[in-house]
Amino acid sequence: MRDLSLHLLDLAQNSITAGAKLVTIRIRLEDGGMLTMELEDDGKGMSPELLERVTSPFATTRTTRKVGLGIPMMKENAEKAGGSFRLESEEGRGTRLTASMDTRNIDCLPLGDLQGTLLSLMLTNPLHPDFLFEGRTPKGACSFDTREVRKALGSDIPFNEPAVAEWLREALEEEMNPIFGGVLL
Amino acid sequence: MKSLADLEAIRARTLENINMRKDEDACRVVIGMATCGIAAGARPVMLAFMEEIAKRNLKHVTVSQTGCIGMCRYEPMLDVILPGQEKVTYIHVKPEMVPRIVSEHIVNGHPVEEYTIGAAKD
Repeated sequence: MRDLSLHLLDLAQNSITAGAKLVTIRIRLEDGGMLTMELEDDGKGMSPELLERVTSPFATTRTTRKVGLGIPMMKENAEKAGGSFRLESEEGRGTRLTASMDTRNIDCLPLGDLQGTLLSLMLTNPLHPDFLFEGRTPKGACSFDTREVRKALGSDIPFNEPAVAEWLREALEEEMNPIFGGVLL
Repeated sequence: MKSLADLEAIRARTLENINMRKDEDACRVVIGMATCGIAAGARPVMLAFMEEIAKRNLKHVTVSQTGCIGMCRYEPMLDVILPGQEKVTYIHVKPEMVPRIVSEHIVNGHPVEEYTIGAAKD
């Protein structure tokens, strides 16, 4: 993975596969340079046994082959950049993944195209689940909630209709550029 | 957040499009977006398709995602499925290739042979 936004796009897929209704993404950049990325869902969660072995590259829910690299790569990228990785899960309740990195560390991946990741998630999951994004950097805070969009648009209109997609792209840009524009991109 | 009021007009317009669309004309673009696809660059390809479809106002094309199909070395990969034709699989797709796939294959019905898995040399 070349940047953190791609990790996020990849990891969010786990939440969707777990049947989440709402996927919450939080990104926080502290004054001192610590970056925290949190991914929380209300999906089916993991058993303590699965939770224990899921950071191994040889654990996967996939049946076609025996490797799953998404989570182990995120853990490695967080830990080698002076940060930490934590995964909490409860069956029937959901899962929360927290990865932190020190952006002053030379091994810290860039944040990448966060707007592109959020837009991709919405376009490739056009009717459900909902996504909530909350971001905070020293420049301020921003948020984006697809539940509000669906309330105004009607829940029967998929997000990948071109006119809707264009609106989402512009709305994300307007909301996020002042906060994340020029930061670590 | 950008004005939610705009969405009402978009809703009306979009509903009209959806109702006019006939299933038999539907064209599908399916992009591999598992860990391997994303790491290889599937996201900008997906966004390039959305942009090109919007630009040409193609109402019968839908873009969706799929997981890993086990040929990770060919990622980013995607299938174009036109009604009444066999599906065509493109490999090592880059955003620059998307306008040509849209105009030659999706609009005019001729697959871009040199980008397909049939042209792979390894």
